[in-house]
Amino acid sequence: MRIAIVDESEMRASIIEDGLADLPDCEIFVITQRLGLMARMDEIQPDVVLIDLGNPSRDVLEEYFAVSRALAKPIAMFVDESDDDAIAASIDAGVSAYVVDGLSTGRIRPLVDVAVRRFNAFSRMQSDLAEARGQLAERENIDRAKRLLMNSKGLSEPEAYKELRSQAMRSSKRIAEVAEALVMAQEILGGAA
Amino acid sequence: MTETLTIGFLPLVDAALPILAKEHGFAEEVGLNLEFLRDMSWATVLDRLLYGHADAAHLLAPLAIATTLGIGRPARPLSVPFVLGLNGNAITVSNDLAGKLQPEGGLGNAEEVGKRLAKVVEPSGRRLCFGVVHRHSSHNYMLRYWLAACGIRPDRDIDIVTVAPPYAADALESGEVDGICVGEPWNSVSVERGVGRIVLTTAQIWRRGVEKVLAVPTAKLEEKRDAFERLIVAMRRAGEHFVDPANWEANAEILARPEYVGADPALIHHAISDRLRLQQGGELIHYPDFMFQFREAANFPWVSQAGWLYAQMMRWERRGFDREASEKAMAVFRPDIYRAALSGRDSPLPGASSKVEGGIAAPLGVSAQQGRLVLSPDKFFDGKTFDPEKLEAYLSSLDQ
Repeated sequence: MRIAIVDESEMRASIIEDGLADLPDCEIFVITQRLGLMARMDEIQPDVVLIDLGNPSRDVLEEYFAVSRALAKPIAMFVDESDDDAIAASIDAGVSAYVVDGLSTGRIRPLVDVAVRRFNAFSRMQSDLAEARGQLAERENIDRAKRLLMNSKGLSEPEAYKELRSQAMRSSKRIAEVAEALVMAQEILGGAA
Repeated sequence: MTETLTIGFLPLVDAALPILAKEHGFAEEVGLNLEFLRDMSWATVLDRLLYGHADAAHLLAPLAIATTLGIGRPARPLSVPFVLGLNGNAITVSNDLAGKLQPEGGLGNAEEVGKRLAKVVEPSGRRLCFGVVHRHSSHNYMLRYWLAACGIRPDRDIDIVTVAPPYAADALESGEVDGICVGEPWNSVSVERGVGRIVLTTAQIWRRGVEKVLAVPTAKLEEKRDAFERLIVAMRRAGEHFVDPANWEANAEILARPEYVGADPALIHHAISDRLRLQQGGELIHYPDFMFQFREAANFPWVSQAGWLYAQMMRWERRGFDREASEKAMAVFRPDIYRAALSGRDSPLPGASSKVEGGIAAPLGVSAQQGRLVLSPDKFFDGKTFDPEKLEAYLSSLDQ
């Protein structure tokens, strides 16, 4: 089975590719470029195309499947109507599958399941990453705010932290928010502090 | 109690009404909380609508009909209780081609530009290629209608391909396409980048062409009928706000936000005030009713509009007339819901639900169920009319 993965995110594409590599008899092609997409389809002659829902080229791809004579076997939009649950799961995960007409549901289902799991895993990883980045940025802001207070008010580090904390409690804000405001104020005042 | 409706949309200026209904509190006034899902392709807007992520969607009118008829994918019934606006699209061609089609500059005349294009098409070795936003779009049908009426045979003399709106300017620049028929702000983006010139607006092809609609899965419309009727009331208020020049600047700012259209507010301001810059560094010109909204029952889902779209779909899909399918297609537009929602309110309601499209040459007072209604000329550029009662005869009169 020849599977084309169309995704502008190289990282996600490789995560899906990696998942599909375990399936027997699968040859996988990854396309991350918008330009030349149709020419690549002509070359690859895929049995299955996986594309992320956020990809602006989906309409172009559907048009191509509907009218192109370049493909030896016509590609249908979806597996089949009886597999509505599988389609719903893939839409939830953010991936759509186009499959050559006549390919049995039994062969498609495991593949779509893998893609769905990998897409979900990627989304979780993204949100974890965003959270981790946020935490890192918060810690940096707190450190910078402490240094500002130490330099301008001659406080020790524990005293500077205490100052931030009591300000946070007085204004019912988080320490990170108070630190961010202080750092921003200092940037606007152009290092006057 | 406030009810939430989720609406899918593509970042285009004509998604304005539901967005402004939320932002100006018209939705809240009728007890609705609107949430939005912004997507990058019609395929995804449609998938999310069919699989329940969204309750309703800003959708291409012909795509709602194709989905109901099962053209291109398994049939799923959709209903259209509200038209989000008329026209608002333009034809932008490469600078080189513009020099041949409209050498004197300015907005062309549909017939003249078409004649010149036919001359370019005839002898040239390389086939010209035009991009439209979707196979089932009014852009595609208006472009094809114009080309065919000017003696240019789509798919034979000229290629027409699908281009995602955000890439329309890139496609013009790279020479992938020679022209595009797309909504705003994407024509203006191409002009600002100096990669093409606007030569025609679709309002010059059909003065009152139906554009995006609010599409709802038919079962969902029944289930949440009351909420959708209130949404119609809120969107009419938003429409009234949208057409008032005093609000243009503020509305352009709202629509420009990254969570909505995500484009230059100046370009959006031009589109909603019917002004266009046709070429880089050129003057802004005013083309009245470039994007027609609110007035003259513009939001009313005329059954005859659905009939015209169905006829074009059959024409270009090269399928024959089918009475059952044509009735199903026309039943996608739901004037009954629109009437029920606005009955007893200050919006005029026409007496009829269907009319001869392209049949009005001078302002015409029409019978109204409520209020007064005068319709302005709605001509097609070639003077043809479309009578939904004679759909089969109309279809066989068209060149393919």
